Amino acid sequence: MTSNQFPTNIAIAGVYEHESRFSPDKTEFQIMAECAKGALDDSGLTLADVDGLFGASMTMGMMGIVDLAEYLNIRPTHIDGSNIGGSSFVSHVNHAAAAINAGLCDVALVLYGSTAASNAMAIGTGGSSGSRNPETAFTVPYGMTTVGSYAMYANLHMNKYGTTSEQLAEIAVTMRHHASLNPLAKMRKLITVDDVLSSRLISSPLHLLDCCIISDGGGAVVVTSLERARDLRSKPIQILGCGEAVQHQGVGDTDLLTIAAKQSGDQAFAMAGLKRSDIDLAMIYDSFTITVLATLENLGFCKAGEGGNFVTGGNIGLKGTLPVNPDGGGLSSNHPGMRGIFLIIEAVKQLRGECGERQLDSPETALAHGTGGTIGDKHSGATLILGVTQ
Amino acid sequence: MSNIEHPLPHASFESLGYWEGTSRNELVLQRCNSCQIVQHRPRGICVNCLDASNLEHFVASGKGTIYTYTITEQNQAKGFAKACPYVLAYVDLEEGSRMLANIVDCDPYNVSVGAEVMVKFVTQERPDTESFAVPVFTLS
Repeated sequence: MTSNQFPTNIAIAGVYEHESRFSPDKTEFQIMAECAKGALDDSGLTLADVDGLFGASMTMGMMGIVDLAEYLNIRPTHIDGSNIGGSSFVSHVNHAAAAINAGLCDVALVLYGSTAASNAMAIGTGGSSGSRNPETAFTVPYGMTTVGSYAMYANLHMNKYGTTSEQLAEIAVTMRHHASLNPLAKMRKLITVDDVLSSRLISSPLHLLDCCIISDGGGAVVVTSLERARDLRSKPIQILGCGEAVQHQGVGDTDLLTIAAKQSGDQAFAMAGLKRSDIDLAMIYDSFTITVLATLENLGFCKAGEGGNFVTGGNIGLKGTLPVNPDGGGLSSNHPGMRGIFLIIEAVKQLRGECGERQLDSPETALAHGTGGTIGDKHSGATLILGVTQ
Repeated sequence: MSNIEHPLPHASFESLGYWEGTSRNELVLQRCNSCQIVQHRPRGICVNCLDASNLEHFVASGKGTIYTYTITEQNQAKGFAKACPYVLAYVDLEEGSRMLANIVDCDPYNVSVGAEVMVKFVTQERPDTESFAVPVFTLS
């Protein structure tokens, strides 16, 4: 990988976040196409330049990426419809970088669109009906939910390390403060630790305000060679390192507290040749407050068990040592089911200095980590490290 | 008694031995006699040594400890919506494997990490009248 300079010869040339949070009059593909226009306009490229198509959604099944190519009326030379959950788009950017580096395509378009909110999906608490999938035979009878699995992780962390509900609540409070500075965010009214603790329990120890919101939305990212990106409209953001991993219950002997981020993070940092302290901004998938704490620990920003202290005292706020999710994250800005693409979009906008009131002071490096599936059970992780061009 | 109406799992031929065991009120685990690993969930092949010829089922003690748990206060799914609050837990079995289950027949708020538990079986009626049982745990 070092001999041909991957990944440092690849850049993100365009991004776009769909402005709406509720789109009952649009389809998923329509939202994706609107996002494609936004990101291509941002880069100065057109749909005719796209020869690599990447995408996933809550409803795209077999042939989904082919259906998307048909909808857009394009015939790319490289297609990738991998769906590993909410982290899919982080992995798509990783895959796009590898494909461009290998000469399989030149301009890759990564798309997501969702109408989760207008479809009234019960994403976190609607699990465990009578699936016929054999692998679910050992979870379906017990009423496993997404939030329940994360809650079991949180409870174990509390028992082992003394982490408190107040510390988790601070994550939600910080995300809400960030969202209050983001005009697109769905939930902008400031909240307190007491508000979180007095919201109803969904699955102990997680309260309603420990859980992400459900919205509609979508996004797009354009990836191309750094050489080409330098000649385009927006400031190119270089890909410095990437990694992917899965974690699951194995044969019933897995340490629950070790999540996929540990492996994918180590890989991305090694590739980038950076230390944890070199990172100016972390975009962390925040399906629940505990997701942030677990991911920060496993990525090595603090030691195992020290996450509770790390997330308090403003440390992950805009003026903290590691600002996390300046857009307000899935807890307060938007969460249309699979949030990974927004991690990349906000990281790029922050590195370009385009974020208005919530803009950090000249960040030069950003890490985005997506989690797909369910921590506490089976999940994927994808890490991407980005930097401004030197 | 728990108010949960456990949905019937789709038992594939790979897990038939497990579900036949539960219908006899036995908690059955799978061991590979080539490499001695115990694997749960059961599979048609040992994923440690990829030998499919030396797998056997054995009856576990049914004793375990709670690795972690949550009290589920909200789940819209059929069979669970009216059973909230109920306890979802990972149980570390005496034989070394871990399984997901419910902790029943107790005040959910009395459950704790590390508590000792014992298996019991909830028999479910099926349309084809075969007996089918789901293993759950009670505090010891």
